[in-house]
Amino acid sequence: MRRLRAALTGAVTLSLALTATACGGGSATGEGSNDSPKTLTYWASNQGASIEIDKKVLQPELDKFEKRTGIKVELEVVPWSDLLNRILTATTSGQGPDVLNIGNTWSASLQSTGALLPWDEKNFAKIGGKDRFVDSALGSTGVAGQDPAAVPLYSMAYALYYNKKILADAGISRPPATWDELVADGKKIRKLGKQVLGAEGANVAENIHHVFVFAKQHGAEFFTPDGKPDFTNDGVVKAIEQYVGLMAEDKVIPAGNAEYAQNQSVSDFAKGRTAMLLWQSASANLTSQGMSEDAYGIAPVPVQSGTPGGGTQVNSMVAGINLAVFKNTDNLDGATEFVKFMTSEEEQRILNKAYSSIPPVKAAQSDPAFNTPANTVLKDTLARSAAALPQVPDESQFETAVGTAVKELFADAAAGRPVTAESVKAKLEKAQQQMPAK
Amino acid sequence: MTTTTVEQAVRESTPGAAPPGTPRRRAGRLRRIGLPYLLLLPALVLELLVHLVPMAVGIVMSFKQLTQFHIRDWGAAPWSGLDNYSVSVDFDAPVGEALLHSFLVTVAFTLLSVGLCWLIGTAAAICLQDSFRGRGLLRALFLVPYALPVYTAVITWVFMFQHDNGLVNHVLHDQLGLTDKPSFWLIGDNSFFALLTVSVWKGWPFAFLIVMAGLQNIPRELYEAAALDGAGTWQQIRRITLPSLRPVNQVLVLVLFLWTFNDFNTPYVLFGKAAPQAADLISVHIYQASFVTWNFGTGSAMSVLLLLFLLVVTGGYLAVTSRGRRTADA
Repeated sequence: MRRLRAALTGAVTLSLALTATACGGGSATGEGSNDSPKTLTYWASNQGASIEIDKKVLQPELDKFEKRTGIKVELEVVPWSDLLNRILTATTSGQGPDVLNIGNTWSASLQSTGALLPWDEKNFAKIGGKDRFVDSALGSTGVAGQDPAAVPLYSMAYALYYNKKILADAGISRPPATWDELVADGKKIRKLGKQVLGAEGANVAENIHHVFVFAKQHGAEFFTPDGKPDFTNDGVVKAIEQYVGLMAEDKVIPAGNAEYAQNQSVSDFAKGRTAMLLWQSASANLTSQGMSEDAYGIAPVPVQSGTPGGGTQVNSMVAGINLAVFKNTDNLDGATEFVKFMTSEEEQRILNKAYSSIPPVKAAQSDPAFNTPANTVLKDTLARSAAALPQVPDESQFETAVGTAVKELFADAAAGRPVTAESVKAKLEKAQQQMPAK
Repeated sequence: MTTTTVEQAVRESTPGAAPPGTPRRRAGRLRRIGLPYLLLLPALVLELLVHLVPMAVGIVMSFKQLTQFHIRDWGAAPWSGLDNYSVSVDFDAPVGEALLHSFLVTVAFTLLSVGLCWLIGTAAAICLQDSFRGRGLLRALFLVPYALPVYTAVITWVFMFQHDNGLVNHVLHDQLGLTDKPSFWLIGDNSFFALLTVSVWKGWPFAFLIVMAGLQNIPRELYEAAALDGAGTWQQIRRITLPSLRPVNQVLVLVLFLWTFNDFNTPYVLFGKAAPQAADLISVHIYQASFVTWNFGTGSAMSVLLLLFLLVVTGGYLAVTSRGRRTADA
């Protein structure tokens, strides 16, 4: 009986303790400390072909960091599909990692939660200063006018990957520079029985990246200067109509791609089924799928008219990964030291080579590995003709609302239903009404 | 036999038992009365922690204006009164309209899925009621979909439903010629049928298992007597099997209804975060409202409304079925 009573007392105490924690009404507001100076936890996003490959790339570098600083880094590679939810959960509970990767388009949304350490002048000074980074990459680190919520780690840009043999067989001497040229080339390619352009019609994030570029090329914005959604303006409608029209009207994107969401378009390209693909830093992925680097070329994403990749024509969003520190880390100095290490010239060269991305640290870009013809296209795009997605707190909701609308329009196109300015506008009106009220 | 008589009998049969009214006797009685509650306590504590506390937190959240700006300290989010509820049930506005659409899709999907699961499961169990060579193997095979991990099973269906290379189109279009052209199953209107197919495939083995267990309790003599009286197979099923299975079916249908109505894994793995409109089940819809568009307050209000609906339906169902049982018992 005595033992039973003791167990009962223990259970009740435990339940009360846990209940009190659960009812804390959000106790995740603690600020950083240095209570645990010898360890760090790091959530890395899945950048390579698999989580195992990422571990193989990152672990030697983390061991190097431990050897130099005595700080052990516990690594967890988080798949993209889980990353944002994991960050939100960590934000709510306060039980997150010390350092983490975030998609750079999420910077402003995550900044608004207040969970990430702001990178003010003092913090930037600890890692060598803001000037070390490329401007376009810094443009995707948070709301303009506020201290960045993260530091750029890997930069990427969209390019047009094309199959040299298919284009040659179709009698096409150079990759298309404008959308009109792409549509015209598409007719020649289809005669060979090949698919023209791959797309991920059911992938909400991919949809947003592309329609953002089309909107920029039409001189349109998704948000007003004061941050209010403006999805139904004529430029945006025209942009989305043109992008989905590549399937609905021009038959350049195959109808089957409307349900693609798991990088099937990359596989189609690697297997020689599709002649062209709009992708960011696809080289490592294509190599892992057995496509030789000689088999494909890389060109800037087509534009409406004029010289692609230059002038004022935007042909890519600024893609990339940022490195953030959780504000309530218990190893603030170690976390800052780790960010300094990961953004050092040496590590930038190693990691960006491994992931076929471009270093956002200017000094590391001089490495010959980043001056190949392929990387030169990406570097030039990032430097001259890429634009950051809207850096507004509602960016995450915008991606979902508009990306889903485009997914539904692709489904209409695949089913043979017409995609018109009216149908596009109706979907966008619905998307806009789903945004949080201002 | 009264309680006093039982206690007396126990006392008399226990060597060294204390006489009535002594402290030792009172302790024994307390132990007997308290023990069941003590044994229940861990379950009650866990129920409190796992269900009741989060539920209470969810109800509080539904009255708050909770977005990404307050997620880190949700207790400090401003109160919004009934705003989240009024937005959710304003069926002329996009949020309410989408919720109503999702609710109706879920109701249709649940009725069809539960009905088909029950029908297939019951038919299979009755077919396997009599012993024959290979019955054990068939029983084991029938349970495979139930035993497979949900993610593995559903992702396999995703591959099979692919437009260009999927097995479903290969069979329906290429081999049987039943469709004019390959169909889309993971987008557009057909997505409802794709979802229903996977749900029934995954759910009927559970119905089969439960009905099979229920059939074991029906005395064989009833069938023998009915056969002697000239009853055919269908009459035996109608007059003996189904009435005897009634208590089992009452529980089975309720459990299937609740599981199917709240099913999150199947649509999420099949379609991802943004389900096609035709297959926009309410569980994924609420998830999207909460975790994708970061309107946690509105998502909580929708969850509370769903909880109320399920409580009403479950309560009504239990009231009707127990009244039926009482009538039958009388």
